[in-house]
Amino acid sequence: MAKSDVKVLGFSPSPFVMRARIALKIKSVEYEFLEENLGSKSELLLKSNPVHKKIPVLIHNDKPVCESLIIVEYVDEAWSSSGPSILPSDPYDRAVARFWAAYVDEKWFSALRDIGSANGAEAKKAAIEQLIEVLVLLEDAFVKCSKGKPFFGGNQIGFLDIAFGSYLGWLRVTEKINEVKLLDEVKTPGLLKWAERFCADAAVKDVMPETDKLAKLRASAPPSS
Amino acid sequence: MAEEVKLLKTWSSPFGLRAFWILKLKGVQFDFIDEDLSNKSPLLLQSNPVYKKVPVLIHNGKPISESLVILEYVDETWKQNPLLPEDPYERARARFWAKFGEDKVLVSIWNAFIKQGKEQEEAIGLAIETLKFLEEELKGKRFFGGEKIGLADLALGWLANLIGVFEEVIGVKLIEKERFPLLSAWMQEFAEAPVIKESWPPHEKLVTKFRAIREPYVAAAAQPK
Repeated sequence: MAKSDVKVLGFSPSPFVMRARIALKIKSVEYEFLEENLGSKSELLLKSNPVHKKIPVLIHNDKPVCESLIIVEYVDEAWSSSGPSILPSDPYDRAVARFWAAYVDEKWFSALRDIGSANGAEAKKAAIEQLIEVLVLLEDAFVKCSKGKPFFGGNQIGFLDIAFGSYLGWLRVTEKINEVKLLDEVKTPGLLKWAERFCADAAVKDVMPETDKLAKLRASAPPSS
Repeated sequence: MAEEVKLLKTWSSPFGLRAFWILKLKGVQFDFIDEDLSNKSPLLLQSNPVYKKVPVLIHNGKPISESLVILEYVDETWKQNPLLPEDPYERARARFWAKFGEDKVLVSIWNAFIKQGKEQEEAIGLAIETLKFLEEELKGKRFFGGEKIGLADLALGWLANLIGVFEEVIGVKLIEKERFPLLSAWMQEFAEAPVIKESWPPHEKLVTKFRAIREPYVAAAAQPK
């Protein structure tokens, strides 16, 4: 398929954009990446996502797909014969993966954002503790989903790995700025090792922004695209 | 194989209704339990420890939570009368509108319902802007799913009865026929569809319930500032 048939409108630091790019990499799909200036959105973006005017947008044969996790599912289905499956094959495992992905976007995301917006040391401490509680739950989910294998998806990166792993850059920035360890050997040993593996994976490493670059960008909360 | 399907819901929850609808539409044999949320059953707490909310679907002892996750699970497990189309692009669109319903429509309508005074005026304005997207999406279609009820219809179906309830409680029309002819027609068609029409909770009971929910917001707004 010609490269120009597939475009991604995005912003490199965005975890949501990363999700789309990881999925396309897993499926070995060539695409054109169009970096948006969020202060001055392109005509193409406004036309392709008139409802939200947000990135990422995947444009495949001129048809736009919006919302990062919906894009991931679309990529999995549209290129189903190419590369490994992103969603698990069993309906129950799929439901578990979707459940935790929704949890990540709701509870994890708001807990992470609360650290950024916390005023004063007390509030910050409370926000960090809240985030660690969320991580402990995700550690449990990791143990159950991975069943001893390296990723939530098993031997390979899957839907939930992508959903949560895309936030690792921002997690590391938060650790750096607040001088705290969020993933550690005691509370989240599984996730700690998983994070290393995820970031080193071939489908991820070229699209994971460097922590230092993200830290410079970071004024307040991570970009919500 | 003896199939055991149990649905935990409440008499009034629109989220629980979605799961109820899809099971009925597919002709799945199931039991349901209407929970008392002020006194949650051990089964509910054990089946959804993360959120402790309804609905929960328990299929052969395995629990699935989050209504939109349940919809996709049921659609994948019982293949008759499919809710989602085959084509990946159409599936992505259905999921987009279901998510839009959740993230934008539900939130904006709820704000219009609970807010008071000037804030309510603004909230109503925002809700109407949000609903315009739905009106636009229905052009040339009988249902969001096209000729027949699909995922987005079940996700948005709560509009068909709860809008009337909210309008009665706040004394403001949110979906006027002149402004939203397609949406109004869809609400009526959906409300009267086979299976759906037998499922609606009693109107008066809902009015009483939501009036009571709104009370504290009215009282708070009446406090001298």
